[in-house]
Amino acid sequence: MNDFVRELSALPLSTLLTLGVLFAALVLYAVLGGADYGGGVWDLLASGPRAGEQRRLIETAIGPVWEANHVWLIFMIVLLFTAFPPAFAALSTALHIPLTLMLLGIVLRGTSFTFRQYDRQDDTVHRRWGRLFAISSVFTPLMLGICIGAISTGGILVQNGFVTSGFLQPWLAPFPFAVGLFALLLFAFLAAVYLTVEAEDEALREDFRRRALVSAGVVGALALTVYLMSQEAAPLVRAGLTQRPWSWPLQIVTGVFAAGTLGALWRRHFHLARVLAVGQVALILTGWALALYPFLVPPDISITEAAAPLNVLRPVLWGIAIGLLILVPSLLYLFRVFKGRNGVRKVV
Amino acid sequence: MTDLFAARSQMAMSLGFHIIFAAVGVALPLLMVIAEALWLKTKDETYRTLAQQWAKGTAILFAVGAVSGTVLSFELGLLWPRFMDFAGAIIGLPFALEGFAFFVEAIFLAIYLYGWKRVPPAWHLFAGVMVSLAGAASAIFVVSVNGWMNSPTGFRIEGGKAVDIEPIVAMFNPAWVPEAIHMTIAAYAATAFAVAGVHAFLLKRDHDNLFHRHALAIALVVGGITAILQPLSGDLNARHLAHQQPRKLAALEGQFKTEKGAPLRIGGLPNEKTRETPYALEIPYGLSLLAFHDPQAEVKGLEEWPKADYPPVAVVHIAFQIMVGCGMAMAAVGVVALILAWRNRHRLGRWSLPDQTWFLRTLVLAAPLGFIAIEAGWTVTEVGRQPFIIAGIMRTAEAVTLVPHLTIPLITFTLVYLFLAFVVVFLLLRQFRQSPRIVRDRAGDITVGESAAARAKAAGDAD
Repeated sequence: MNDFVRELSALPLSTLLTLGVLFAALVLYAVLGGADYGGGVWDLLASGPRAGEQRRLIETAIGPVWEANHVWLIFMIVLLFTAFPPAFAALSTALHIPLTLMLLGIVLRGTSFTFRQYDRQDDTVHRRWGRLFAISSVFTPLMLGICIGAISTGGILVQNGFVTSGFLQPWLAPFPFAVGLFALLLFAFLAAVYLTVEAEDEALREDFRRRALVSAGVVGALALTVYLMSQEAAPLVRAGLTQRPWSWPLQIVTGVFAAGTLGALWRRHFHLARVLAVGQVALILTGWALALYPFLVPPDISITEAAAPLNVLRPVLWGIAIGLLILVPSLLYLFRVFKGRNGVRKVV
Repeated sequence: MTDLFAARSQMAMSLGFHIIFAAVGVALPLLMVIAEALWLKTKDETYRTLAQQWAKGTAILFAVGAVSGTVLSFELGLLWPRFMDFAGAIIGLPFALEGFAFFVEAIFLAIYLYGWKRVPPAWHLFAGVMVSLAGAASAIFVVSVNGWMNSPTGFRIEGGKAVDIEPIVAMFNPAWVPEAIHMTIAAYAATAFAVAGVHAFLLKRDHDNLFHRHALAIALVVGGITAILQPLSGDLNARHLAHQQPRKLAALEGQFKTEKGAPLRIGGLPNEKTRETPYALEIPYGLSLLAFHDPQAEVKGLEEWPKADYPPVAVVHIAFQIMVGCGMAMAAVGVVALILAWRNRHRLGRWSLPDQTWFLRTLVLAAPLGFIAIEAGWTVTEVGRQPFIIAGIMRTAEAVTLVPHLTIPLITFTLVYLFLAFVVVFLLLRQFRQSPRIVRDRAGDITVGESAAARAKAAGDAD
């Protein structure tokens, strides 16, 4: 533990802060933007006597917030290419294909959601856009997870700034696809938990409670699968997840949060379940990020080598600080208006 | 097709697509906010209906702009990783600031669109103001990046790497201010002209409809003012180019020889082989006068640079002619609108909408000019910088990715964007057909009627 703290504190403050902001953006994108994709999953899987109500609830829940939530992704990309340009260049070369596919998903998800809202409201048209929205909501996180999985394998090789591991090999493998599924299910789980809070109707709430419980089980099973596969497929991250001093404490806390979410769902403490689920996802990402340390893209691109000089990071951090002064109150206001305790209840 | 050409085509297509939605995202919220402010001031419901209709258009176009903008931020790396490896640290700051502006725009647009009944009227108006300010800010920040590619500053090169990076100096590069002013005004003028054209067309058939009259009045004021101002900002850019980007100026003027008292060429077809620009109407001393405000000033011709550094001269020259032609036509329409409105004021004692049929017809014809000018102007600045991605520093061919088969994403994105364009046009036409009919009767009372589409449907049902 002391070694790790010493290493980390050897990083310049600006680098450390930039990493912190990048990580925070990742967590926020996962728990906010990720859940919007999860909503699309439940739109696709809507069933039973209340299928229509389920879809309507999902539409109301993500309508006002998806565009703002989506900006966290752009923010991450911008921060990555500003603060760690070689990492961005390597990732967008090695993962060109899954990233391009993810972009297509992003384009189709966003536009079909909007078009559904403003096109003719008859059933056929509405359903056609809804179908496209739902399918692209499933496809996009899958691709995002594949990219995360590919980074984790340590298979992206870079020499003298050129990617030498090809354009297929790092991601076209079982492990990245397993991570893709894990990401998808995690987002679906988050969405189901949020929707239990946002549902007005008791029966509808029970629908999503069931979905949250089931998807929690699948998330658990997939987490175990990914963990077992990582032994062979992602040895470096595996070592980070098991052999560092913080490894087991972190795993245990994550497990406690997961169990807590399940318990809260079971006992119908939906607000508590929402908080715990967010914590669970944040902890999973923390474990992943710490396991990657000291790399951004293992095994060839480390944080220190990729970091832009301090005279770049400092003004960027000041820019971020000023930006946050405007952003944070605006964002809080947005969520207070649409997600506050009475937010959903006030009919538009 | 080479991979380099495919990458350039994909970037050009993505930018050419996004720029339309980005421009509307800057300007339409302003029209919407003006309408809402007039509603709060006059209590005339027509204005509120108008703000709501324009908000629907903003919602559709902003969503497409948001996702196509995301595509661009990724494409910087997907297509030009060597460029980003070199330049990311230098020009990341304005990108980050643009990110915040985009964030604020998305947040307040959501409050605006979904909050009519959830937030108090003053807050709602405030949200609209924030949307339109943030839209303009994000355009201004992102243009700084393009300005830097045209006039790179704020670093030194040592062993192929950028050192002594000063992000703030890079952000405030010499091209930023003239380009940002020109682009922002262009966004307002193009959008307002397009909106004016649509409402002029509908007003021609429905002459008493206050909905279209109010809409046209707002669009004409914004479009007219900005179209008249734009040539001034064009002059600022010409002088900037003359001093900072002489190679681009020579290309866009088809100026091959370095000469004192250079003429201004209108039209003409530059020929890179003979190094002449025949078929042009030449105005003596015109270029020297415009670029340096001195008829005897020396203008550098392309002969100053090796042939390998020529941009595609004909493309740049023709695009420039198109941009200026459209801009001048729009400024003329703006002046005519001003004269007609002023004459109405003289005659009726108050400012009043010029609604002569010939004028409405002119507005319909002028509707696409602004967007044509934006696309042409963008071509001038981007193609005019070729064969460099960072002027004088890095060639586009050095920046391109090593990923093969780039025609595949090019074709895929082209098809997707064509599909989106088709759907957007279809949805907007539907919105126009659903415009409400609002008229004032003899007693001065306002009645809100059904839309043309609803009336047609009712007539159809009656049969």
